[in-house]
Amino acid sequence: MPKVTIDGHSIEVPDGTTILEAARKIGGKIVPPAMCYYSTLKTSGGYCRTCIVKVSKGSERDPRPMPKPVASCRTTVMDGMEVENITSPDLMEARAGVVEFLLINHPLDCPICDQAGECHLQDLSYEHGLSKSRYEFERRTFEKIDIGEKIKLHMTRCILCYRCVKVADQLCDGRVHGVINRGDVSEISTYIKNVVDNDFSGNMIDVCPVGALTDRTFRFKSRVWNVNPVDAHRDCKKCAGKVMLWQKGPEVFRVTGRKDTYGEVIDWICNECRFDKKQTSDWVIEGPSNIERTSVISQNHYTLPEPAHKPLLNDVKIVPDHYQIDNKK
Amino acid sequence: MQSLTNRSKVVVKKEMTWMEKIYLPAILGGLKITLKHFFRKKVTINYPEEKRDIAAVYRGLHVLKRDENGAERCTACGLCAVACPAEAITMIAAERKGGEEKLYREEKYASTYEINMLRCIFCGLCEEACPKEAIFLTDQLVPTFRDRADFIYGKDKLVEPKDAPVDISKRQTAEVKEFKTHKQYTHNKL
Ligand code: SF4
Ligand code: SF4
Ligand code: SF4
Ligand code: SF4
Ligand code: FES
Repeated sequence: MPKVTIDGHSIEVPDGTTILEAARKIGGKIVPPAMCYYSTLKTSGGYCRTCIVKVSKGSERDPRPMPKPVASCRTTVMDGMEVENITSPDLMEARAGVVEFLLINHPLDCPICDQAGECHLQDLSYEHGLSKSRYEFERRTFEKIDIGEKIKLHMTRCILCYRCVKVADQLCDGRVHGVINRGDVSEISTYIKNVVDNDFSGNMIDVCPVGALTDRTFRFKSRVWNVNPVDAHRDCKKCAGKVMLWQKGPEVFRVTGRKDTYGEVIDWICNECRFDKKQTSDWVIEGPSNIERTSVISQNHYTLPEPAHKPLLNDVKIVPDHYQIDNKK
Repeated sequence: MQSLTNRSKVVVKKEMTWMEKIYLPAILGGLKITLKHFFRKKVTINYPEEKRDIAAVYRGLHVLKRDENGAERCTACGLCAVACPAEAITMIAAERKGGEEKLYREEKYASTYEINMLRCIFCGLCEEACPKEAIFLTDQLVPTFRDRADFIYGKDKLVEPKDAPVDISKRQTAEVKEFKTHKQYTHNKL
């Protein structure tokens, strides 16, 4: 098994693992951000370049460094490879450059955008971006398009990560959604407008890292941090039925798939669960979702899920043995 | 018990003398202090007939500004509500319809926007958080009411009238404007 060292942390991973996946196995701050790679979508990755890393040693057999930063989501590890991510100031500068490129045509109108608060581009530009753009030319803008009754496409915000296209390709049969044109003028399109009625098309909303694809049933209803996420499930014939409900009081504002640490959906959910089951009574509620403390969504939420193991009184060894409470007496 | 400061005194309860028992000297002593205050300079003023000078950057009643064309600037982004330490601000957003471009500057606007003036501590953090330069604090005071519900100011009271713009330039000092240009003072981590 090849051994790879990322920012000083070593790990052995199976052959064919990408640098990004190896970094995710280590976890923590050294994991490169990813805007287009999605572990559960085949052939995703390689478009956005936010995940670039510096390979300072190619492998044990050929220790030369790679001449320029490589996309970690598409580069597989070699034995003895040494990778620098956050420890390399050069790389951080390069990533800031990538972010600047992503933002060239992006409106950054987060105050209006429904994605704000759970947007990866927002996080990225917050960490790396400049407060002013150096771009002086006119930005490309598009009219908003309704893709079917439930999804809104605002191409202006799209970063062309192709994730939604992979969803359309791999989850929905009879694909009606793709990218047309090339380069600066390329745009997401449904080949026949208004015909995304596949049962899993709603997952495009969840995979979209920005606010380009949003839920029309939730549009402008609330900011994401003003609704409480709870884990819930129901018996669904089409999908696993494991979702996150976003509630305010007893009202369900929206339903999304559950996401892991890297913001990737764990189980795809069907459109019926997502758009039509907006009653608390449709769901069995498991408890508050675990939201990272650093996320704005966790603001004002004082409850965390109960720990799986609650220490019993007798487990606590601060009480001397002869004072131990005997529950049997 | 050992004293920590060496200044503690043991309280003794001793019998009062005859002079102390008639209380009169003590009462007179108290009245003397009262009398002295009649001739001192008053520390209070007769509000609202008289008013104190307030600082140019006084933080009083809020105003929701309109832009140059008279459209409301607020886009119901909720950042003021997140910043507010007193949780005084609530709002409901709505989508602008065709033909309403003159009323609201952005595609989304606040259909209701309420500040509970009883909760508000006039810290000005909402003004600092606002990305649209929509909310400002003014030098107006919040009046008193007899009903708690009257302290909840809605858009009818907060949005500036179209024909009488509220001047907020006093609080926008050169220092404030300077400050806003520095990225390192914001929460952005490098
Ligand atoms: S997509 Fe993200 S970065 Fe872009 S406007 Fe929406 S929240 Fe902001
Ligand atoms: S619409 Fe969203 S998911 Fe699709 S390519 Fe654009 S940014 Fe990616
Ligand atoms: S002045 Fe302070 S307390 Fe009052 S509404 Fe604004 S942020 Fe809240
Ligand atoms: S007043 Fe400013 S911060 Fe508050 S919701 Fe409106 S635009 Fe956002
Ligand atoms: S995540 Fe690797 S290139 Fe986009």
